[in-house]
Amino acid sequence: MALSGMRGLSVFISDVRNCQNKEQERLRVDKELGNIRTRFKNEKGLTPYEKKKYVWKMLYIYMLGYDVDFGHMEAVSLISAPKYPEKQVGYIVTSCLLNENHDFLRLAINTVRNDIIGRNETFQCLALTMVGNIGGREFAESLAPDVQKLLISSSFRPLVRKKAALCLLRLYRKNPDVVNVDGWSDRMTQLLDERDLGVLTSSMSLLVALVSNYHDAYWSCLPKCVKILERLSRNQDVPQEYTYYGIPSPWLQVKTMRALQYFPTIEDPNTRRSLFEVLQRILMGTDVVKNVNKNNASHAVLFEALALVMHLDAEKEMMSQCVALLGKFIAVREPNIRYLGLENMTRMLMVTDVQDIIKRHQAQIITSLKDPDISIRRRALDLLYGMCDVSNAKDIVEELLQYLSTADFAMREELSLKAAILAEKFAPDLSWYVDVILQLIDKAGDFVSDDIWFRVVQFVTNNEDLQPYAAVKAREYLDKPAIHETMVKVSAYILGEYGHFLAQRTGCSPKELFSIIHEKLPTVSTSTIPILLSTYAKILMHSQPPDPDLQNQIWAIFSKYESCIDIEIQQRAVEYFALSRKGAALMDILAEMPKFPERQSALIKKAEDNEVDTAEQSAIKLRTQQQQNSNALVVADPQPANGTPPVGQLGLVKVPSMTSTADLKPVDQGLTQANGTMTKVDPYPPDSSADLLGDLLGPLALEGPPSTAAQLEQNYVPGIDGVPSTADALALAPVEEPANSVQPIGNIAERFHALCLKDSGVLYEDPHIQIGIKAEWRAHHGRLVLFLGNKNTSPLVSVQAIILPPSHLKMELSLVPETIPPRAQVQCPLEVVNLRPSRDVAVLDFSYKFGHAAVNVKLRLPAVLNKFLQPIPVSAEEFFPQWKSLSGPPLKLQEVVRGVKPLSLPEMANFFTTLRLMVCPGLDPNQNNLVASTTFYSEATRAMLCLIRIETDPADRTQLRMTIATGDPTLTFELKEFLKEHLISVPTAPRAPAPPPVSQPTPPPATLNDPGAILAGLL
Amino acid sequence: MGIRFILMVNKQGQTRLAQYYEYLTLEERRALEGEIVRKCLARTEQQCSFVEHRNYKIVYRRYASLFFLVGVDNDENELAILEFIHLLVETMDRHFGNVCELDIMFHLEKAHFMLEEMVMNGCIIETNKSNILAPIQLMDKAT
Repeated sequence: MALSGMRGLSVFISDVRNCQNKEQERLRVDKELGNIRTRFKNEKGLTPYEKKKYVWKMLYIYMLGYDVDFGHMEAVSLISAPKYPEKQVGYIVTSCLLNENHDFLRLAINTVRNDIIGRNETFQCLALTMVGNIGGREFAESLAPDVQKLLISSSFRPLVRKKAALCLLRLYRKNPDVVNVDGWSDRMTQLLDERDLGVLTSSMSLLVALVSNYHDAYWSCLPKCVKILERLSRNQDVPQEYTYYGIPSPWLQVKTMRALQYFPTIEDPNTRRSLFEVLQRILMGTDVVKNVNKNNASHAVLFEALALVMHLDAEKEMMSQCVALLGKFIAVREPNIRYLGLENMTRMLMVTDVQDIIKRHQAQIITSLKDPDISIRRRALDLLYGMCDVSNAKDIVEELLQYLSTADFAMREELSLKAAILAEKFAPDLSWYVDVILQLIDKAGDFVSDDIWFRVVQFVTNNEDLQPYAAVKAREYLDKPAIHETMVKVSAYILGEYGHFLAQRTGCSPKELFSIIHEKLPTVSTSTIPILLSTYAKILMHSQPPDPDLQNQIWAIFSKYESCIDIEIQQRAVEYFALSRKGAALMDILAEMPKFPERQSALIKKAEDNEVDTAEQSAIKLRTQQQQNSNALVVADPQPANGTPPVGQLGLVKVPSMTSTADLKPVDQGLTQANGTMTKVDPYPPDSSADLLGDLLGPLALEGPPSTAAQLEQNYVPGIDGVPSTADALALAPVEEPANSVQPIGNIAERFHALCLKDSGVLYEDPHIQIGIKAEWRAHHGRLVLFLGNKNTSPLVSVQAIILPPSHLKMELSLVPETIPPRAQVQCPLEVVNLRPSRDVAVLDFSYKFGHAAVNVKLRLPAVLNKFLQPIPVSAEEFFPQWKSLSGPPLKLQEVVRGVKPLSLPEMANFFTTLRLMVCPGLDPNQNNLVASTTFYSEATRAMLCLIRIETDPADRTQLRMTIATGDPTLTFELKEFLKEHLISVPTAPRAPAPPPVSQPTPPPATLNDPGAILAGLL
Repeated sequence: MGIRFILMVNKQGQTRLAQYYEYLTLEERRALEGEIVRKCLARTEQQCSFVEHRNYKIVYRRYASLFFLVGVDNDENELAILEFIHLLVETMDRHFGNVCELDIMFHLEKAHFMLEEMVMNGCIIETNKSNILAPIQLMDKAT
């Protein structure tokens, strides 16, 4: 049982294994950790073998759930060991323990690079694997070219190349710029000619990542993928070792079909035909066999083929084959296949004309809703939810209700929410809707959120025909012995409003209504009592002529609650008591509630919020961006096949079009917020401060729909003081919902900040264009070149570039051509002259058209203050006289800056160097201080020496004192502010997720399309 | 990204191997492993091999006393992962000869070496057993 010689490790593992309980285990582990700590402290006495052993112990301890932070350094240091066994442990354990942002990783970056470019292929593999697992942005920038070389060069063996492929995938995800789309697409195509299936498997993963981001560049890969599929499905040239239970690498087959799902269509008829032949063979030729593994593997391929057929929206015949197969699957006993059948059928709902065929399986699906396995029930619920429309809503909702009483708790909330939404969306008549919701509350009150009963009240209020019916139903439920508190709320509310319609019925006189509602009062919580008080007031108002007996009873209750500790109850009691003495005037004040303004269902909104996003865009999501699928709990009915949207009948539900969903959301939030603040002017004071009923009563406070300006103000970033002007608010709106359908690739603000610290790079990129920048700076002159690269195979037209310079820069852009030819790059030089010191930023207003898409972006240009600096060393003899002669403000300014991003002194010195400040060591006797000098150039100031002194506090790195001295007061101030901004929030290296600088100068209003600029302008 | 994590857990719920392909803190791992163990180990043989948890899908398979649990993205091909588990077990079988829980416990490093050859950054990198085992065999020969 000894572990390749590591006896100590085996002993430790069996000790832990023999522990009787968690406490013993902890003691044993603590002892071992103590031992490891001491051994690591006297590192000199450790042999490489011992080090390796202790590092494995640490990994084992970490797996048990104990912290081993102290040993990270040791694991990392093994990476530099000369021998393979130690190095291997170093690499593997480091990738298990550390994450990409760990500082120690930086220490290893040189060793890693040497291993990657070295001659030893086993070392190469280790290094590639670790970078592939935990490499971050810094690795991406320094290693990408080397990794690419390994991948494409045929002089390396497959075992290195397959790792290089996945390593590159990681680096690409960390920084998409490492793969130059233009150059890489050809390489990728060549890679797919690879014969080795290992290299092909990992290259296919790389391709999936690339095409999921930007498929346009990789069209040439498409026929290659089809070829690979053909090769595999015909079992040509597939080594035995890659055949799994007789099936040629099912994983590669699946991955290849996944890659194909990212291409919108296949235009070339030959490729299409070949692919369909393969797919047809898979659809028809997959039989159920006895061997489980073979069966699973062949069905893995079959399900992926189904997904691909659906994606390609193939010929009708093939589609109905798919539906037939799925119909078969959802009826089998084998749980995995049934689960997948249900899941894929839900996906299939997106294909328009199969709805009716799927409906034929309704009974079968309902059986699965009662399956003992919750995974299967969930899929069945999702599918039923997705396939529901007017024609089957009654059946499906009734099934859901029936199931609700027996459903496990984990599913009840989802179930009731879905039932409520379906009832609302597809109600054949409104009384049915009321029935459903009341049943829902009755059966699963605990799982019915307030939104659901608010919604039913809104419906009843807005539909007069429904009011008597709702009142009858509410009265019936009150007769039940034990009813849920939510039922008390809703029926009390409805009977208060509409109970008088029942006056003629037996048991429904005001007095009887009052007493049956009042019976419930002792059982309810404080949040319900205010609703009951309102109901009593309404009943009193409706009992005409007044019944003195009832009046006294209710007054007694009001006066009882007049001194209630709950302020809401107290206020209502006091006010109702006073109002109800006003006699006839009460009629006006307590008149029926007016109709609610139309609004999006809060339920549907809630359902949308529940949706969890996975990090990566899946093929399905991409496909359904326009046509949402049922999992996404759609707002409107996306299927024209369902006939006219039945929602219209309700006359109340707002059916937002798919495109407007996004902007409705913030507005709706705006409404709720407005409700909160507007309650003071509520024309119905008794109900005014009812938080509980905020959603119901609130809208009444608003006179009609809120004005556009008011809505937009609500969209404002919270926490900003001052009232923004409407103009600002309007300019902000596009941030919430960008008007451009074309989304930029990468973060614009991040790119800008990176370019502030370097002189070339990408300023902006989207699927159609890439704008690169290259700059040269000399004294107060600068020359930037904009590289406008068209990524498409068709031209970009109406190209326009306008520079909006701030007042301190003189800028001249050479002519920008109106059309950029396909795949061409245009260079546009831009001359810059700096007139005086200022932190304002120039903006490039850039627009173009591609097909129907008109794109307009406003980009900050990196012609910022530090570009006009020239580092200059100063000696002590030069420095001190200058420093002394510039005494005090306004030429010398001092400020204590807090909230500084903590940096060690060397890091800060580095950072200053990137800002073009020369750090002068030795000038300041205090080790914790830093002195720097530079020359600033502008037309007004000419060359001006700037001296900077930073005093840091070793105990608190988040604060420092900064002193700036120059010969020009504006320059002193601007430079101080500039440094402050950078020290506070700007990342030192491009690795951090650059938050926009907190106090960038206000750019011209036109720049407000760039989120970074907007924030900067606001703060 | 595909595979988010691979866990091997015995039927008492003790983790025997954990390999994550996205970074979770120690606390997050502990919580996640606890939740998954509670959910999956209670399931019967007649239930399917997929469990939805948070925004993962867990594909799992039981071999004697050991559960192999793989957390994947929601749109991953479940059956392909299910068979990948079996491939992993067959690979271990080939090396250890009828692999059992103790083999994995006491040869944790070898289990890691194998996984390292099979999955990288959450993607399947190799499915050829000879290729997967080649580095381990080389090392065994050296010692």
